[in-house]
Amino acid sequence: MFETDLSLNDLMFLAKGAGVTLAITFFAVTGGTLMGLLFGVIRAQIKPWMALPLTFVLDIFRSVPLLIQLILANAFQAIAGFGISPFVTSCIVLALYTSAYCTEIVRGAIEAVPMVTRRAARSLGLTWGQDMTQIVFPMALRVALPSWIGLTLGVMKDSALVLWLGIFELLKSSQVLITRLQEPMFILLITGAIYFMLSFPIARLGGRLERKWKEND
Amino acid sequence: MIEIENVHKSFGALKVLKGIDLTVAKGEVVSVIGGSGSGKSTLLTCINGLEPIDSGRILVDGTEVHAKSTDLNKLRRKIGIVFQQFNAFPHLTVLENVTLAPRKVKGMSKSDAEEIAVKHLNHVGLGDKLKVYPSRLSGGQQQRMAIARALAMSPDYMLFDEVTSALDPQLVGEVLDTLKLLADEGMTMICVTHEMGFARDVSNRVAFFDQGVMAEIGPPEQIFGDAKNEATRKFLSSVR
Repeated sequence: MFETDLSLNDLMFLAKGAGVTLAITFFAVTGGTLMGLLFGVIRAQIKPWMALPLTFVLDIFRSVPLLIQLILANAFQAIAGFGISPFVTSCIVLALYTSAYCTEIVRGAIEAVPMVTRRAARSLGLTWGQDMTQIVFPMALRVALPSWIGLTLGVMKDSALVLWLGIFELLKSSQVLITRLQEPMFILLITGAIYFMLSFPIARLGGRLERKWKEND
Repeated sequence: MIEIENVHKSFGALKVLKGIDLTVAKGEVVSVIGGSGSGKSTLLTCINGLEPIDSGRILVDGTEVHAKSTDLNKLRRKIGIVFQQFNAFPHLTVLENVTLAPRKVKGMSKSDAEEIAVKHLNHVGLGDKLKVYPSRLSGGQQQRMAIARALAMSPDYMLFDEVTSALDPQLVGEVLDTLKLLADEGMTMICVTHEMGFARDVSNRVAFFDQGVMAEIGPPEQIFGDAKNEATRKFLSSVR
């Protein structure tokens, strides 16, 4: 009833692409989250006009389409002779892109912690750093998590754009198979299913944490 | 001893404190009464350095609170403050709320901190709520937890900022009882309050604040029985 030329080898080829997608997502989200934490704390703690240069730069990364950022960054690094591989370039650009969104998530979550709660913490003798790590971050995490999960899933899908730099991630791998086997519907269905399998555990993990925390609220 | 000398403080153009002088001796309980916006609460947050002041000075045991050289985190260990809002740390259990500062600020071991915390939680009647999260507590219980949390740092002074104002009427009593208990034990306290009965029964002295000025201060009998200041009399007749 249904015939396909897709072989086990081809599936392994797709799995390898999925591995690249996961790797890029991992580096981008890790780097982007660390930068987002730093920038978000800065944005939340210093006066808006002092953070203006930072805000401006991050706005650029949020506003310019990712594809343009990737291609420009790759071209610039080639012209400048940095000799950075497309994979690393992609990770850097995606990390900056992620950090721009993450900064706003972190800032919003920190500002959601009531000032009076922070005052209570400081009045007990906690230092600014202790207030941050013991009170603000745990409380802000609960606010930030749903948006952060959404951001991570978004970055994973957006990472498909790095195929334009010649990286064989999941989508590019599927394109290769489609060209060879001429079974676009079937292969895209499988590719979509793989994306879903990558995203699903992340989404569920978020849901579980939220439920666990809700028990205390 | 807390010495407040000619303290001025404004928020932008709004002058909140206009030259406050007040000395509170060890073991003394001073209640501060007055209308809203009279600067009572601001004074408390200035005493432990949460708010800067414009001029004047505040000394706690001879240490100038707003001097640049003062280690505020260290100074705050001996000044406990409880606010109108309960300010529980929602992600921590009752026990963890109370042990946090002794462990992080004083570097106590977990077991030592818990021993002290349990003692104070028993004291305020929350000995059976150790593992409970604050969201499961009533307002009065949360406020008593906040008191235990401040006491766990073994402060020499306690500042109370309208601690019963956000409570349902039937819960006010349990918190006031806790404050009375503390006063009986000789804790030095400054209580900003709207509870006139409490101010009269528990304080050694009552201060009346009016628009950023301490209009009058004296023993409760005098303030409530024979106020010299016209504004004091007016205020007291309006709250009775």
